[in-house]
Amino acid sequence: MENIIQIKNLTFDYIRESDEGSETIHAIRDVSLDIPEGSFTAIIGRNGSGKSTLAKNLNGLLLPTGGKILVNGWDTADEAHIWDVRQTAGMVFQNPDNQLVASIVEDDVAFGPENLGVPPKEIRERVDEVLKSVDMYPFRTKSPHLLSGGQKQRVAIAGVLAMEPRCIIFDEPTAMLDPQGRQEVMRIIRRLHEEGKTVILITHFMDEAAQADRIVIMDDGRVIADGTPGEIFADEETLRRIRLDVPLAVDMAHRLREYGIPVPADIITQEKLVEYICQYK
Amino acid sequence: MLRDITLGQYYPGSSPIHRLDPRVKIIATLLFIVELFIVNNFIGFAICAAAMAICVIVSKVPLSFIMRGLKPIIIILLFTFLLNIFMVDGKVIWTLGPLEVTKEGLITAIFMAIRLILLIIGSSLLTLTTTPIRLTDGIERLLSPFERFGLPAHDIAMMMSIALRFIPTLLEEADKIMKAQQARGADFESGNIMRRAKSLIPILIPLFVSAFRIAQDLAMAMESRCYRGGKGRTRLHEMRFHRKDVISMIVLFVFLAGIIVERMLVESDI
Repeated sequence: MENIIQIKNLTFDYIRESDEGSETIHAIRDVSLDIPEGSFTAIIGRNGSGKSTLAKNLNGLLLPTGGKILVNGWDTADEAHIWDVRQTAGMVFQNPDNQLVASIVEDDVAFGPENLGVPPKEIRERVDEVLKSVDMYPFRTKSPHLLSGGQKQRVAIAGVLAMEPRCIIFDEPTAMLDPQGRQEVMRIIRRLHEEGKTVILITHFMDEAAQADRIVIMDDGRVIADGTPGEIFADEETLRRIRLDVPLAVDMAHRLREYGIPVPADIITQEKLVEYICQYK
Repeated sequence: MLRDITLGQYYPGSSPIHRLDPRVKIIATLLFIVELFIVNNFIGFAICAAAMAICVIVSKVPLSFIMRGLKPIIIILLFTFLLNIFMVDGKVIWTLGPLEVTKEGLITAIFMAIRLILLIIGSSLLTLTTTPIRLTDGIERLLSPFERFGLPAHDIAMMMSIALRFIPTLLEEADKIMKAQQARGADFESGNIMRRAKSLIPILIPLFVSAFRIAQDLAMAMESRCYRGGKGRTRLHEMRFHRKDVISMIVLFVFLAGIIVERMLVESDI
C-alpha cells in the first residue's frame, strides 16, 4: 500500500524561556515512520513524550527542525503546497470548544470548504453529508455552546471531513470528554477507518489505542515500540517501564495465562476475551 | 448564573422582514436614522412613526420586545428632555424657581424625545429580526466595495463573528474561575462598589490568560482548516438580491425622497 505520510528522521526542538534563562527542548529526536494509506495508527505516550508535537508537525502547523515529512509526496515545509498538505491531512484537536469557529453548527462545518473556495451548492451537499455521517444532522442549526462535549467534538470531526481529507489526525480527541462522549467519538473514528480514511490517533488511553491496527509508543521524543496491538501488549515490560497501563482485557488475559489457561496473545479487547472465556472448556 | 445571558436580542420568526436580505435591512435602518434628522416638523414624524409601525406589525415582533429596547435609554431620554425644556431660550410659559420653561424648549424637548424613541425602535427592529451572523455577513458585503481602499472588510466581519461565537465560551470560563476562587474563600458579593470591583481582579487576570490560550488554539484550528483570509473564499449562504429586496430598496428611496419633499413643503416646527 502507498504511504500517505512519510516521516524521515524528524527532529523538533523548541526554546523554552524561563526565569533561569532559556533552554532548548528536544521534543522529537530522530523519528522515522511511514503511514500507509487506509491504515489506523495509534500513537501513545506519556505527557511530554512528544506525541502532540509530532501531530502538529504532520500537517505543517509546526515545521521540522531537522529531517522532513512528506504528505502525499508534498514536503510540509514547502510553502507552495502547505494548503494541499492541510487539506489532505485534516486535524481534530483536544478541546472541542476552542476549535469551532462559527456560532451555528452548519456554518462551522462549512468553514473548511469555504476556505478552499468550493462552490456554495457543493458546500451545502458536503455539509449535509458529513453531518449525517457523524450523526449530527438534526443539530445543524443549533449553536455549538448548547451541545455536549462529545457532540461538539463530532461537529469538529464533520468540519474536517467536509474538506475531504484522505488522512485525519486526531490529537487526543477524547481527553476532555466524559465516558459517553468518548464512546461516541471512538465509534465515529472506527467508522471513518472502515470507510477507508487513514486515521492517526494520538491518545493516552490504552483501550482506545487497542482499537487501532498499529500502535506506536513514544517516549522522550523517540519511538520506542511499533507494532500491532497484540505485539505491543505482549511486551508488558516496556509498557510498565514507561508507566503506561495495559488495557483491562490484556491484563486479565495475562493473569489467566499465569493461572494456566492458554489465552491466545491476539486477545486484546474485552469483547474477544469474553467470547474466549465463554467458549473455554 | 452567567449562562442565562442570551446572545443579541434576535426574535426568531419568518416574517417578510425576517426574510429580507440583511444588507437591505442595514441600509433601511441607516436611511431611517438619516430621515429622522431630515424631518423638522411633527407631520414628518407622524409619517416616520406610521412607516415604523407598519414595519413592526409586518415583522410580528411583539410590542413588549420592542419596548424592552427602550428601557436602557429611559434615563438618557429623561435627561435630554429636561435639559431641553429648561435650557432653550424663548417665550416663557412656566416658571419653577430659577428654572424657566419656554414654549420653544418644550417643543424641542418633545421633538428630541420622539426622534430618540423612533431611532431606538428602528435599530432594535434590525437586531430583532436579523441573527448576529446574518448581520455580520451583511456588514461584510456592504463594506466589501471599500476593500480596494484598504479597508479590511472581511477581517472586521470575521472578528465580529468570532467575538460573538466566543462570548458563551468566555462566560463559561469566567464562571469556572469564579467558582474556583469562591471555593478558596473569595467573596464577590459583599462590600461597597470599590471593594467588589477590586475582588474582580483575581478573576480578570486568569480570564485574560485563558482568552489568549483559546485564541491560540482557535488560530491553530483555523489554520489547519486552510483559513487564509478572505481571498478566494466562498460562502455556504450566498447573498443574492431577490425581487422582494429590490422592491424594498425602491420603496426605501421613494420614502427618503418623500421625507425630503415634506421638509421643503411643510413649515418647520423648531
